[in-house]
Amino acid sequence: MHYYNEEDLARFGEIGKSRPDLFEKFMAWYQACQEDGALSKREKALIGLAVSVVVQCPYCIDAYTQSSLENGSNQEQMTEAIHLASAIRGGASLIHGIQSHNAHDKISM
Amino acid sequence: MQTEPVQIIRRNGKSAFPASPVGFDEKLQANNLELISAKVDTLQVNVGKLCNQACKHCHVDASPTRTEIMSRPVIEACLNALRKYKIPTLDITGGAPELIPDFRYFVTEARKIGAKIIVRHNLTVMFEPNQTDLPEFFAENRVEVISSLPYFLQQQTDAQRGAGVFDKSVEAIKRLNVVGYGVEGSGLILNLVYNPVGAFLPPAQSQIETDFRRELKTRYNLFFNNLFTITNVPVARFLDYLRRSGNEEKYMRKLVGAFNPATVENLMCRNLISIDWTGKLYDCDFNQMLELSVSGDLPRTIFDFDLKQFANRRIATANHCFGCTAGSGSSCGGAVAS
Repeated sequence: MHYYNEEDLARFGEIGKSRPDLFEKFMAWYQACQEDGALSKREKALIGLAVSVVVQCPYCIDAYTQSSLENGSNQEQMTEAIHLASAIRGGASLIHGIQSHNAHDKISM
Repeated sequence: MQTEPVQIIRRNGKSAFPASPVGFDEKLQANNLELISAKVDTLQVNVGKLCNQACKHCHVDASPTRTEIMSRPVIEACLNALRKYKIPTLDITGGAPELIPDFRYFVTEARKIGAKIIVRHNLTVMFEPNQTDLPEFFAENRVEVISSLPYFLQQQTDAQRGAGVFDKSVEAIKRLNVVGYGVEGSGLILNLVYNPVGAFLPPAQSQIETDFRRELKTRYNLFFNNLFTITNVPVARFLDYLRRSGNEEKYMRKLVGAFNPATVENLMCRNLISIDWTGKLYDCDFNQMLELSVSGDLPRTIFDFDLKQFANRRIATANHCFGCTAGSGSSCGGAVAS
């Protein structure tokens, strides 16, 4: 028994059974974000992959891994994107160490 | 109208055809489309299953242990058809076509007829005994060379085509470049083929071509003319891989979901006749491997081929055809729609 099922990704549209107006707005926004623009589809797929890993969404990781490959990225490039996102996440944790230092200094002689 | 396979062949105890959520003919009908041939401008001849490689995705199931190769009488019948009907292009494929004894005879005779000759050359065969002069032979006969190189890196290429294939391929392209292939102004054409190393669709052809041109030049100082993207069609070894890896259903859903009606007009089956090593006729090389013969009452072999009967014929189809209609489409000449 596990909470995530691969097949559920294909059921995403079922969310729109309630408040379809909101789901349609989301889908239009989501799809528009994927198109070539000032950034290429390939760049966007790599950003999507990096964010997916950081937000730890297994559906998104599957989808953006595939999308990155289908936009011509290779595993080395994808891994660099994942490292960057993870490093930012690590750095974001580490910078909070300053909070601790500040707190320490405030109550220490 | 549903096309019934003449013979349902099986593979490892399962159907040789992929399971699909929707039938290909049903999809055509839903889009008010029919797959009818146009003028035949290419004779695509598969001279056999013998190959020095055994690629993991090969739809021919080719390998060094295969013995099925085309004989001289079948080659003569192909040459007769080229001559009689003035078919502009001869496209020779395999296996590794160079390994059959009559390969050079076939090319030189076709050249005398004046046909444009394409050879689907796997690059590494150049290092087999008595094959080192292939670049010169190709150049002398103005052969257009089309070669698979699934990626510009070793890892991906060797994963699909076998250990050591990438390094040999780089060396082979260098030798082709030396005699002028892929070099601007030489008139000698070397086109490369990208196909995905796994269960996903190819990227946009122009984009990945730019990457290949940049990376092959920068890393290895190699040159080529065009890059064709080809989708992996779910038959034979690639279908085995999909089943083994649990990807058959997902891949077929992807192909069906990416069905692009705009590809149908330019599908390669509309303009070619495919011939197997025994001389039997098919609508394409994939149908050939599935033993899905030309439909209707058409002649079944090159020995009784009659060009005019093959125009406006209904193409035999099955679910594997979704491989050629997904996204930008796929053919032996790459993408078929933007």
